[in-house]
Amino acid sequence: MKAKIIITPKKAVLDPQGQTVERALAHMGYQGVGKVHVGKYLEIEVEGDKATLEKQLDEACHKFLSNPVIEDYKLEIVD
Amino acid sequence: MNFAVLQFPGSNCDQDCVHVLKNVLGQSAKLVWHKDTSLGEVDAVLVPGGFSYGDYLRTGSIARFSPVMQAVQQFAANGGHVLGICNGFQILCEAGLLPGALVRNRSLQFRCEQVYLKTVTKNSPFTNQVADGKLMRVPIAHGEGCYFADEETLAKMNANGQVLWQYCDVNGNLTDDANPNGSLQNIAGVCNEAKNVAGLMPHPERASEAILGGDDGKAIFESLIHALQNKGAAKAA
Repeated sequence: MKAKIIITPKKAVLDPQGQTVERALAHMGYQGVGKVHVGKYLEIEVEGDKATLEKQLDEACHKFLSNPVIEDYKLEIVD
Repeated sequence: MNFAVLQFPGSNCDQDCVHVLKNVLGQSAKLVWHKDTSLGEVDAVLVPGGFSYGDYLRTGSIARFSPVMQAVQQFAANGGHVLGICNGFQILCEAGLLPGALVRNRSLQFRCEQVYLKTVTKNSPFTNQVADGKLMRVPIAHGEGCYFADEETLAKMNANGQVLWQYCDVNGNLTDDANPNGSLQNIAGVCNEAKNVAGLMPHPERASEAILGGDDGKAIFESLIHALQNKGAAKAA
């Protein structure tokens, strides 16, 4: 199994990377492109009971893999 | 006074801190390795700058779980004084010892330059010896120094006098141009509610000797020493 974790900056946090990408997309002529948020993607190979893993990794996301002051995360475990 | 200066893999301002404490200020200072589980008999802890654990994941995020940081958590919980500089500030925020977080500079550039700092309040162990109205000229060197805290936290910090230093221009104005990284309210350094833990992005240890172009930063260490001496005197009385 694989745990897929997506970490994105909270909306209130300044995201200069996202802004720069957003401007570049507009500059390149892409239409209808709105706000861009640049985050992180983690892929972790896991083994064991899915429910237990989910609980453990959720804790790890909250405690370590993301910083709840500035980031949000989404965790998903897939086969 | 006895200082512990922490040393992580990737710390690079540790020796500068020891040098200033020992050779400029005549204090006792020792390096404490990140794997140590005890700080020993110390009066204060300095968390120096650098790139602990390569700044992987987020700045300070891995260092905060090191064995020595568990000892620092305990030390701070018992009222011990802790000062974090640059990466040390980031580590203390990650550890939850200080409010807020430090994110990528607004410019996306690593900024390495001299800045002016306004001391917001002298009522802290880290600012009591800063001369009234004095603007300190100290260097910064960071890529992730943009201070962020949510509105509610910021309001609380302002009410409690926890914002210690702000970036300003040469005349003391808190302008956007004088803000090198996009920090909210031009914040350069803060302390916790109990005022025994503080952190700042600029490097006072690189501005503590005239031969290095200025010694404004020395006032921060002198403030801490003064506070520790008073604490010792109060204990003895």
